[in-house]
Amino acid sequence: MEFQVSNKAKLVTTVLMLVGVLFAGIGVVLAMGEGGHLGQKFWANFLVNSFFYFAIGISALFFLALQYATEAGWFVAVKRVIEAIAGSLPHMMGLMLIVLLTLSFMSGGHVYMWMDSDVMLNKDSHHYDELAAGKYAYLNLTFFWIRTIVYFVVYYLFLKGFQKRSLEQDNNPSEAVNIHFLNYRRGALFLVFFAVFSSTSAWDWIMSIDVHWFSTLFGWYIFAGAWCSAMVVMVLMTLYLKKLGYLPKVNDSHIHDLGKWTFATSFLWSYMWFSQYMLIWYANIPEETTYYIMRIENYKLVYFGMFFINFVFPMLILMSRDAKRNAGILTVVGLIILVGHWLDVWVMVMGGSMGPTASFGPMELGLGLLFLGFFTRVILVNLTKASLTPKHDPFLEESLHHEI
Amino acid sequence: MADTVFYAMYDDDDVLKDGAKKLVSKGVKVSEVFSPFPIHGIDPIIGVKNTRLGIMAFLYGLTGLMVATIGMNFFMIQDWPMNIGGKPSFSYLENFLAFVPISFEFTVLCAAHGMAITYLLRNKTIPGVKADNPDPRTTDDRFVMELRMSENSKFSADELEGLLKSTGIVELDQKELN
Repeated sequence: MEFQVSNKAKLVTTVLMLVGVLFAGIGVVLAMGEGGHLGQKFWANFLVNSFFYFAIGISALFFLALQYATEAGWFVAVKRVIEAIAGSLPHMMGLMLIVLLTLSFMSGGHVYMWMDSDVMLNKDSHHYDELAAGKYAYLNLTFFWIRTIVYFVVYYLFLKGFQKRSLEQDNNPSEAVNIHFLNYRRGALFLVFFAVFSSTSAWDWIMSIDVHWFSTLFGWYIFAGAWCSAMVVMVLMTLYLKKLGYLPKVNDSHIHDLGKWTFATSFLWSYMWFSQYMLIWYANIPEETTYYIMRIENYKLVYFGMFFINFVFPMLILMSRDAKRNAGILTVVGLIILVGHWLDVWVMVMGGSMGPTASFGPMELGLGLLFLGFFTRVILVNLTKASLTPKHDPFLEESLHHEI
Repeated sequence: MADTVFYAMYDDDDVLKDGAKKLVSKGVKVSEVFSPFPIHGIDPIIGVKNTRLGIMAFLYGLTGLMVATIGMNFFMIQDWPMNIGGKPSFSYLENFLAFVPISFEFTVLCAAHGMAITYLLRNKTIPGVKADNPDPRTTDDRFVMELRMSENSKFSADELEGLLKSTGIVELDQKELN
């Protein structure tokens, strides 16, 4: 069945974007002048949002590749939803490119301190930072851009490949099985690339904001949070489409499975959060604790609050089987932890860049709403591009009879 | 109370499932199915209720968490406060992080063991208990469906036998239980 973006959805996303622009504009005006940190505040917030939604897109692509590589059957009924979310990647990559390019030309714009050549190279400058300069071999603009472009190109090629083969399968029943096995191989190959890139890209884009600090599991921590957010978006989109009557073949068991993934990835994220926190707390080495001291001194409520939300809510509420099959409970919990994971990224970026001067005001709210509206609209438009139930996938029958 | 029991044997789980569906649709009550492995989807057909093992697992886990917390608070804070890695144990809350892994492990330990023991007790398969399956072949490659006359009083024994024979059985056994 072909999906049409309803007028109501168009209106809601447009209003979200307009309200976002309005609030962001107010935020820009408020931050003008002495001590407003306008450029830093704006681009840091831009980075928070573009990274958050980019990470959801890439996690959806990862999830698709994972299903192909493991030859899972159940997901075929919701495959088009996953593809539509992954299909937002090109847009989100564009936004990432905007913010990364701008910051590169602004010598880091007080977000990426290491992009400033005074800090890294000029030993006479009073900005020179020996600890940061020691990382110059990895953290320099040339190598940074080589890596960033390699990530984007690889992600883009895999995305286009999966999308192309998925549509080809619809139109070409005789090739369906061959396409399935090609997807299987490409999925496994993607996982190999993603295993490395998910970590290194998290270091490049987020961890390097706190240039003095490092944590080896940071990449997995980011990835777990993004994966959980992506699962929430998948659940919400599936429930939305089902409510409108577009996915008649998706039954309670599919919803239950998506709910289980949300539950499981919440635990994965909490586990990463705790592992990183506890080891640094226990060892108590100054160069490692800086990250947490900054956040505990300036973001105590948000930092621990979002951990509480992202861990306790899914654990206690989504634990029972009935809750994972209930659209209302899934929607409420999903929306709450989506906000929780957004706050997680916000504290990561703000703690390193704005530090004590960060605050939550119209600009944060505005850019958040603007990106949310844009991201939702992109997914909805992507959904119209193909039939919502894929045809001729070898696992389609299995998925339609999915029962747990 | 004397009761007549039918044991209908099948050599395929799908045939048994179709047979059970057919019998249940005619109003027959299937009291039990013996199988060497779990038959997917048989529960709703013969009217077995959803398991409550999950609820028990939660309660066992909660017990484990409580016992671990009380224990560690007594050992490490009340009874013999220790100084580990420059972190003196005078307050449970301030050293909470150090206690989390143990709390977690003990929660899992209690939940897992509690569940396993409950499962064995519920199935009456603890060591030393005599097996109550009607035929040893149900632990190998045969599937047995059990019907009781007392639960199917609206059918006569002949009618039940006829119904069973129409479902592709390989053997039919009848026993009088006291």
